[in-house]
Amino acid sequence: MSSEIPPTAQTPTTPGAAGEPPSASPGDSGNGTLTPQVSFRDAPPLAGPVFEVGSLSVFYGAHEAVRDVNMTIGDRQITAMIGPSGCGKSTMIRCFNRMNDLIPTARVTGKIRYHDQDLYGRDVDPIEVRRRIGMVFQKPNPFPKSIYDNIAYGPRVGGFKGNLDDLVEETLTHAALWEEVKDKLKTSALALSGGQQQRLCIARTIAVEPEVILMDEPCSALDPIATAKIEDLMEHLAQEFTIVVVTHNMQQAARVSHRTAFFGSDVDDKGERHGRLVEYDETARIFSNPSDPRTEDYISGRFG
Amino acid sequence: MGSRVLGEGVATGVPEGRRLERRRTPWRERLFQLSLGASLAVGVVFLGSLLTYVVVEAWPRLDFRILTDFPDIIDPTQAGAQSAITGTIWVIAFTALYCLPVGFLTAIHLEEYADRHRWYNRAIEINIQNLAAVPSIVYGILGLGIISRGLGFGQTVLTASLTLSLLVLPTVIIAAREAIRAVPQSIREASLALGATQWQTIWRQVLPAAVPGMATGAILALSRAIGEAAPLLLLGGLTFITFNPTGLDSAYTVLPIQIFNWISQSRAEFAPLAAAAIVILLVILLAMNSLAIWLRNRYSRRW
Ligand SMILES: Nc1ncnc2c1ncn2[C@@H]1O[C@H](COP(=O)(O)OP(=O)(O)OP(=O)(O)O)[C@@H](O)[C@H]1O
Ligand SMILES: [Mg+2]
Repeated sequence: MSSEIPPTAQTPTTPGAAGEPPSASPGDSGNGTLTPQVSFRDAPPLAGPVFEVGSLSVFYGAHEAVRDVNMTIGDRQITAMIGPSGCGKSTMIRCFNRMNDLIPTARVTGKIRYHDQDLYGRDVDPIEVRRRIGMVFQKPNPFPKSIYDNIAYGPRVGGFKGNLDDLVEETLTHAALWEEVKDKLKTSALALSGGQQQRLCIARTIAVEPEVILMDEPCSALDPIATAKIEDLMEHLAQEFTIVVVTHNMQQAARVSHRTAFFGSDVDDKGERHGRLVEYDETARIFSNPSDPRTEDYISGRFG
Repeated sequence: MGSRVLGEGVATGVPEGRRLERRRTPWRERLFQLSLGASLAVGVVFLGSLLTYVVVEAWPRLDFRILTDFPDIIDPTQAGAQSAITGTIWVIAFTALYCLPVGFLTAIHLEEYADRHRWYNRAIEINIQNLAAVPSIVYGILGLGIISRGLGFGQTVLTASLTLSLLVLPTVIIAAREAIRAVPQSIREASLALGATQWQTIWRQVLPAAVPGMATGAILALSRAIGEAAPLLLLGGLTFITFNPTGLDSAYTVLPIQIFNWISQSRAEFAPLAAAAIVILLVILLAMNSLAIWLRNRYSRRW
């Protein structure tokens, strides 16, 4: 599977080249303990951006939920999106694989470029988009089928012609779940624990070999141990996949991400709230030396 | 705040309101439980006495001849209900054949494809709900005017099953929609996010999860159709039939109408015959409802 790295990627400069943030301690790889001593990951320069977002606004009916976002998401990096509830993080992340198309009232203006293509272009097939750009949801949502069928579902609907057994094993191994489930592949996925279900959902997503994995609060329904396992998995997967993750957990964002986007919301003169991208930078900078006071307030917990 | 209250408790001993002994059940609660029990008793007693009465009445004629013999107006002791039983089976089979595909497909369209914000879809929805409440005799008039006379199908199995299809279609649609709606949105999202098309999502995820509920609703709707007499009275079911249907263009009778027919006879010998036919009808209905319950329990999913 590792041979399937998309050809568009210009490999970023070697890790570490972008300058170590002062607080980095090389041993700590995000093991789930909530130590205040967090090691920040290096953010390589944005070589070969995967997404380029330009003046993006999202409307639900007449309500502009997200306003004028500009950002660039780097290849094979983990980008975290943080911010108070209701500021439009889910709305934003759902733009990247056109899940918002499924909401009849939702409307997107502005541009998202995926490599050199306009994601919202006229001749773009949203089905094809979602095959390349997978998504993991807040609540683990395995299909009410066997573990095997959960993994095999994506390849099957995508017309996979090859050995499914091998693919399932490879995928589960890749997602560090194989040892736990190899003897019960035919049992219902609903019998797994919440953390295992969520890892199964991640495995299911990588089974279709996407380029990007979007995760909307993937750990918010999980305990710290299961969370730590998922964080490990994310770091492991970031070698091959571009990951965008929404999280309410500051430590998580600090631990796993290379870059962090902080969203906030403005209230306009009509009293309506609009989500805005307040600050977007290397994670180390956002957490140690943010340039916007709102970011600092939020990170230090002075703000809802 | 919580710790302060706890501290108080420790300081002053357990306050009166926090004792652990069982309190006396308040009279309102007792009254409520009593009325629950009473309502249940009314239902059970009523059903029990109905069944007992019918079986006792039917006892002299509860034999195999009720299944094998045909109605006989001259000699009630020689009469059976075979033509009514086969007529019921024919009519219901074709009713199912017409209304289930149409009903299921309509439900899928309304739930998965139709835009609920469009006025015409809302109008259709309200229309279906109202149609479910239209008295069955009205469907009989419709069947007589349009299907029997207008289309010229006459007083046949075809007319009867088409009319009953229309009658139960709203119920089938509503039940199927409920079942489809009970499939969590997260399942659809998971499927679509993996690059499945809408059709694949419906066919491989939504329908397998919804089919038990759809089938249950459909069986209950059909068992309502089996018990219907009113519309078929207008559609030729009342003619005296002493043969099994041979095709869609065949004349027919059905159990409820045969029962009606026998009860309205003046001779006392027909009464046990009617009761025996009622027992058969009840057995068919109970069997269908049990199948529905079994389906629901067997395939009910947890999410
Ligand atoms: N389907 C929808 N229809 C209408 N409005 C919506 C819809 N989904 C979200 N919104 C609105 O858009 C705004 C942003 O919501 P969104 O779910 O993106 O926030 P969020 O940052 O993900 O919040 P949370 O952290 O609580 O998940 C909110 O004001 C919300 O009410
Ligand atoms: Mg959200």
